[in-house]
Amino acid sequence: MKIPASYIARNLWVRKLTTGLTAGGMALVVFVFAAVLMLDAGLKATLVATGSPDNVVVIRQGSQTEVQSGVSRDQAALIETSPEVARGADGRPLVSKEVVILNSLPKISGGGNNQATKRSNVVVRGLPEMGKTLRPQVRIIEGRMFRAGTSEIIVGKSVASGFAGVEIGQHLSFAGREWTVVGVFDASKTAFDSEIWGDVEQMMQAFRRVVYSSVIAKISAPELFTALKARVDADPRLKVDIKREAQFYADQSSSLSNFITLLGMALSIIFSLGAMIGATITMYAAVATRTAEIGTLRALGFQRASILVAFLIESLLLALVGGVVGIVAASFLTAITVSTTNFQSFSELAFAFTLTPRIVISALIFSLLMGFVGGFLPAIKASRMKIVDALRAD
Amino acid sequence: MFFLNFVLRNVFRARLRTALTIVGLVIAVLAFGLLQTVVRAWYAGADAASATRLITRSAISLTFSMPVYYRDKIRAVPGVTAVSVSNWFGGVYRDPKNFFAQFAVDAPTFFPMYPEFVFDADSYREFLRDRRGAAVGRQLADLYGFKIGDTIPLKSAIYPGTWEFNVRAIYDAKDETTITRQMYFHYDYLNEQIKRIAPRRADQAGVFVVGINEGQAAPDISRVIDAEFKNSLAETLTETEKAFTLGFVAMVETIVVAIEGVSYVVILIIMAVAANTMAMTARERMSEYATLKALGFKPGAVAAMIIAEAFLLAILGAGLGMLLTPIVVKGFHAATVSVFAKMPLVPQTFYLQAACALAVGIVAGIVPAIRAARVKIVDGLRHVA
Repeated sequence: MKIPASYIARNLWVRKLTTGLTAGGMALVVFVFAAVLMLDAGLKATLVATGSPDNVVVIRQGSQTEVQSGVSRDQAALIETSPEVARGADGRPLVSKEVVILNSLPKISGGGNNQATKRSNVVVRGLPEMGKTLRPQVRIIEGRMFRAGTSEIIVGKSVASGFAGVEIGQHLSFAGREWTVVGVFDASKTAFDSEIWGDVEQMMQAFRRVVYSSVIAKISAPELFTALKARVDADPRLKVDIKREAQFYADQSSSLSNFITLLGMALSIIFSLGAMIGATITMYAAVATRTAEIGTLRALGFQRASILVAFLIESLLLALVGGVVGIVAASFLTAITVSTTNFQSFSELAFAFTLTPRIVISALIFSLLMGFVGGFLPAIKASRMKIVDALRAD
Repeated sequence: MFFLNFVLRNVFRARLRTALTIVGLVIAVLAFGLLQTVVRAWYAGADAASATRLITRSAISLTFSMPVYYRDKIRAVPGVTAVSVSNWFGGVYRDPKNFFAQFAVDAPTFFPMYPEFVFDADSYREFLRDRRGAAVGRQLADLYGFKIGDTIPLKSAIYPGTWEFNVRAIYDAKDETTITRQMYFHYDYLNEQIKRIAPRRADQAGVFVVGINEGQAAPDISRVIDAEFKNSLAETLTETEKAFTLGFVAMVETIVVAIEGVSYVVILIIMAVAANTMAMTARERMSEYATLKALGFKPGAVAAMIIAEAFLLAILGAGLGMLLTPIVVKGFHAATVSVFAKMPLVPQTFYLQAACALAVGIVAGIVPAIRAARVKIVDGLRHVA
């Protein structure tokens, strides 16, 4: 015979303060747990979404990032003429030869009046018109596109909101030139939102560069990547690494992602110990104050197993309340965009907390697990009571 | 005396509950101390910085270099006592996981500016004599087992190819704050190799380390240096070594702030747990409190007993947690030594832990104390937990 669910729920309701405090503690743990997963999911979503599956990135062998890379004009031309590379309607190869530079710019400080301006590295990308064609997710949302052959630049949405001095009409001064901001672009929550774009030939001239940083090429079909990679690897003139764009950006997330996950999991485990202790205390108290009640239930014919299950369910229910509150609180975080330096690319990257169904499920399972562990020993104690002793309790 | 005895006995009446609460407090105080220490660890580099050293770098960003001849121009600025060159090498030792910093420096001008690195005179001479020689810090040497005479192969993401360096000297730290987890080798060697493989990138300096007489002159000297190169191809940005190091922390400030914020969450969690314990305790004993009042104890005395009990719990938990903190920090540092060069346990952390314990005690005790003080004797005596 099962003990009715309403009996279990009402027992929690009777002790509102205790239930609230215990569930509150668990809610905080679940909040931290969910927040970390959401941060990691946001980082990955941003970087994975940045690359498109039929674009490839070519950088100098072993250079790992575009900033450290150098690809000569000859090498770029060799890639351009590969048969795997797609061609546009006008027969031109869909290849963008780009230059990537880090420029340290002052951030808009959140706290206001501390005098030291915090600077961070922003990716400045010089690209030809083709560069924008290869990234269909990028739209100009304010102002206009930069004109080729001028010192005009456009800034990503996250740069516009996170850094000072990058409003339309303002100038950035670097490499001995004044660069005029003429537009703001939205890159649909990809890493490009954290970049500044300008004309590639102008940037090369200004920075006195003779080599490109990277070559982005669209291949006719995603399957052709293997063939292109084999060709590039076999060519002794091409000392380059070639990667799918999606892979290239996903790789850049690994170090920061590992750091967030590791730190977050360590914290969640430590914190959950605290919350489980809270649940245990609460459930032991519930058992102790209801000893006579338990005896009555047993005398009425409820089995030991039913008592065990009832107390476990009570603890799980308590944890579920905490879990749901924690997830609801964490869901408000989705409005927040985090901007920090990605260790791997040494440049600023903005990404948002992202709540996925998987995270909701993980967080609920995590809270139920805390409830189970916390309620287990008290439930055992309740089920082991002898009827006579329990009834005799005051 | 009676009062204290009463409180003590009450604390240990429900032994299991008290033990669990104390364990929870210990965990929370430990976690808080550890997180605070991790936050401090990010600033270890800034703690080690000297006030009489400036760093001149490219105004665009650290990834840009400056012509090495700037050195002579900086040297001529009044107030400057020494200038040296330092290039980030970005080498990988065997596996990318084995991260440590390597710099190509002009040793004869560099090390006199860093008296905190203590060399053995003979090995220092050996290091200067070997073009491919390297000086390795004690912490780094211990981490990877480098010994004098070893060859360290490094693959650089910035400079092509695999490079080999001979360990000629291992330097020690002068004091606690000194970080010795980096490797230095000769700028001249790097430069002559680059001249061979990539002539356009030769004769470039990543940063200049500028020695000055007195720290107070730093802002003025910085301005003069930067003005010198204004409107040139490579404009400079000069700041104190401390500001330079803090710049790195600022880049990941979001993360540091998040860790700090989370460290207070654990205190909130344990506040909830401790408050719960005290609330249950007080509820169960409501009739006792009524009895005490009937015997003539003032409401204030009853409330004080409950607060004292909450404090005693908090103090026991926090005290144990604080005792264990150094051990846990040491263990944690051993596990993360490749990430954090230093994990300094500062007195402030202990003060904060103690403050948090007091806060937990007050928050946990206040509601039950007020309730007990207010309860009418009649109601209290009739109370069933």
